[in-house]
Amino acid sequence: MRKLSKSKKQASDGLDLIPAESCAVPADGQACSIMPAALAEEPADKVEKDLSRRRFLGMFGAVAGATAVLGTGVELLSYRAYAQGLPKTNNWTGSSGMTGSGAADMASTQAPPTHQWAMVIDLSMCNGCGSCTAACQKAHYLTPDQTWMKVFELTDTTGQTYHLPRPCMQCENPPCLHVCPVHATFRQEQGVVLVNQDRCIGCRMCMAACPYEARYFNWNSDVKYPPIPVEATPEFPVPQRLGTVGKCTFCVGNLNHGLLSECAAGCQMGAIYNGDLKTDVAVNSAGTTVKLSKFLDDNNAVTFKPEQNTHPRVWYILGHGQNLNADASTAKS
Amino acid sequence: MKETDMNESALLNENGHGEAEKAWAADVRRAAIKPTIGRVSVAWKLSVTVLGLVVLAGIGAWIYQLKHGLGSAGYNDQAFWAVYIVDVVTFIGVSYGGAVISAVLRLTGQSWRAPLTRLAEGTALVTVMIGALFIFPHLGRPERFWEIPIYVNTSSPLFWDFMAISTYVLATVIFFYLPLVPDMAIVNKTLGRADRPARFRIYKALSLKWMGNERQRRLLHSVLTLISLIIIPLAVSVHSVLAWAFATTSRPGWMESVFPPYFVIAALYSGTALVIVVASAFRKGYHLERFITKRHFIRLGYIMAALGLVYAYLTIADLLSEGYTGITSGWIRQTIAGRYAIPFWFYVALGEVLPIVLVAVKKTRNIKGMTVASVGVVIALWVKRIVIVLPPVTQPLIGSFWGTYHFTWVSITITIAGVAAIPLGLMLLFRFLPVLSIDEMEEMGELGSVEQVSKETLAAQKQVPAYAYANGNGHVNGNGHVNGNGVGMPEKEVQL
Repeated sequence: MRKLSKSKKQASDGLDLIPAESCAVPADGQACSIMPAALAEEPADKVEKDLSRRRFLGMFGAVAGATAVLGTGVELLSYRAYAQGLPKTNNWTGSSGMTGSGAADMASTQAPPTHQWAMVIDLSMCNGCGSCTAACQKAHYLTPDQTWMKVFELTDTTGQTYHLPRPCMQCENPPCLHVCPVHATFRQEQGVVLVNQDRCIGCRMCMAACPYEARYFNWNSDVKYPPIPVEATPEFPVPQRLGTVGKCTFCVGNLNHGLLSECAAGCQMGAIYNGDLKTDVAVNSAGTTVKLSKFLDDNNAVTFKPEQNTHPRVWYILGHGQNLNADASTAKS
Repeated sequence: MKETDMNESALLNENGHGEAEKAWAADVRRAAIKPTIGRVSVAWKLSVTVLGLVVLAGIGAWIYQLKHGLGSAGYNDQAFWAVYIVDVVTFIGVSYGGAVISAVLRLTGQSWRAPLTRLAEGTALVTVMIGALFIFPHLGRPERFWEIPIYVNTSSPLFWDFMAISTYVLATVIFFYLPLVPDMAIVNKTLGRADRPARFRIYKALSLKWMGNERQRRLLHSVLTLISLIIIPLAVSVHSVLAWAFATTSRPGWMESVFPPYFVIAALYSGTALVIVVASAFRKGYHLERFITKRHFIRLGYIMAALGLVYAYLTIADLLSEGYTGITSGWIRQTIAGRYAIPFWFYVALGEVLPIVLVAVKKTRNIKGMTVASVGVVIALWVKRIVIVLPPVTQPLIGSFWGTYHFTWVSITITIAGVAAIPLGLMLLFRFLPVLSIDEMEEMGELGSVEQVSKETLAAQKQVPAYAYANGNGHVNGNGHVNGNGVGMPEKEVQL
């Protein structure tokens, strides 16, 4: 595992969006669901605008019991106790640290980070069905163009096509962050790169800088959102602001409540693992739990475009004959 | 510069002008001041109205875009930078030409520049303002622009763009204003307090108590030399920083080491062309035929053609190495023979071949020919920037799906409004300020300003009025002090 750069900054590892007590792990071992998915279950017109946030979330916690994806996050949670026992080193933030108002908002709450979120995508398991994209778009009310999780079709050296799901790489050295003129993009304590859409001026320099095409702009004002009784946050930017940039948030709110990200939960093949570098564990939707570092080593996991020096927190496990970095750039034009 | 010349100049100033200079000065003043304080013609009113309506239409389109989002201007996630960034680069680019042409000619003591400087500096001023304003339609959230100097991120190229452009705007204003100081005093002499009291007061304030004595002249000239020296590297830095907004990303086609000089030369090239276009238009519209002559156009045409060749060289340098190795040649293939081939070869035809042919062929080396060539260059260089921006932005970084930018009525209307704002801005500017640099032209004298005296030009000066001969033979600007090939001796300001 790569060493991570040091920083003295502290901020929240939690997400203020969902109160912890409304999202406890039920006795039967199933995690409660998360708001985005639950919200999507309910027809928009049934959501009362004046619901208190607590009641709103509690209600959907119940709905979610039946609808949640099985097995999500339990293993992650069980490691949390272990992780919290670790010495508090505070060395998890990238050199750029947290900046801007997002930092101020979150610094108010608490404790050193107990997690460093990561993702592993097993390309040999991916059949290109696109359900990760669909789940993500449904949860975040994205337009069909806004593929925060996008599945590319590539051809390997043997001429076979395979699929490459591409979330935001959550780079430890994110080019998008460096070029933002107003610190609207920031990297929070758990290593997740987020966008403060109340700060973003819409210059799209970050879109130019991102080598993974992982950023998507809010181009049109005609996007319809259901009434959502909670405020948009960088972790859950719904509704998105017109004229600002958006991207994959790693569903960091889900992760912090022991749930899989929408794409991982939506993947029927179990190809997407949510992982935590700090507790060294990764979990997929099939309930498979692995020791992250060993899993990466054993499978010769690679990062995408390492020559860009971005240090992604997303690793790929390749199938036979695949060379991700060569295949992705041989564009047929 | 020799002592004797200085003394002679000083002598001229103290002793007043000879007959010929007086007649020349009167002509200059009439031509320069009449458009500002005289009655406006119907044609002027009509032009301003039409141009104003076009600009208003652009503002309307921008309001529409604010309401409906940048998608209404044809943008999408695989064409996230397009026409507005091209407009920013183009307008600020043409501004560079006006400023640097004027500064370089000033520093090298080219006395023939005198009738052109005000137009060139005015063009620089107007276009840099328009270029800076085009940042607003480019932004998704223009109302948050103030955040740039507040939440400073010094690692962002855009922050340095902001710094460079704002400094350059300030320098352009100063560079436009300084030569205006003596002219303000001159205009006020003609105007008189009773005529237009408000204007008189403004001019008086702007003239900074100019009296034209030796001390003031020395001061003005040294400050002008200084600002000319400053504005050249400043303009180089602006266009380099603009280029780095592209070249500091990892996109093939943008991450090019040639980009900063590439942008600087493009700016100079298109800027020189725009000075020719503006000079040609104002020569006709403001009846400056006597002052701005064929010779000015040919000289500017030579400068333009030389810059055009350098630009062609840089274009080849940009395309060749990557195209030859083919490592990242997707965008090059699309540029030369793919989806961007039409605009690219349009640039080659109108932006390189046509101007160079028109300058090279003696028959077309005239005012009309140079004007046609310049119009071609200005348009072609806008198109060229489209070709610089769009292929790298629409190319797939993963996989093989190319994006597309579609022009919409919104982006076209706003861009045309920007174009219309150039003549509109200049016409309004010269409604209040003299269109010629009166003081400079008087100082250079007719021969300095209009026709550099050389053996062949003296022989060819059949149509020049008699008093010009008197001047040419006896005084400081006569043939004794002028190089044979028409390049004038440095004038007074470089004596300092």
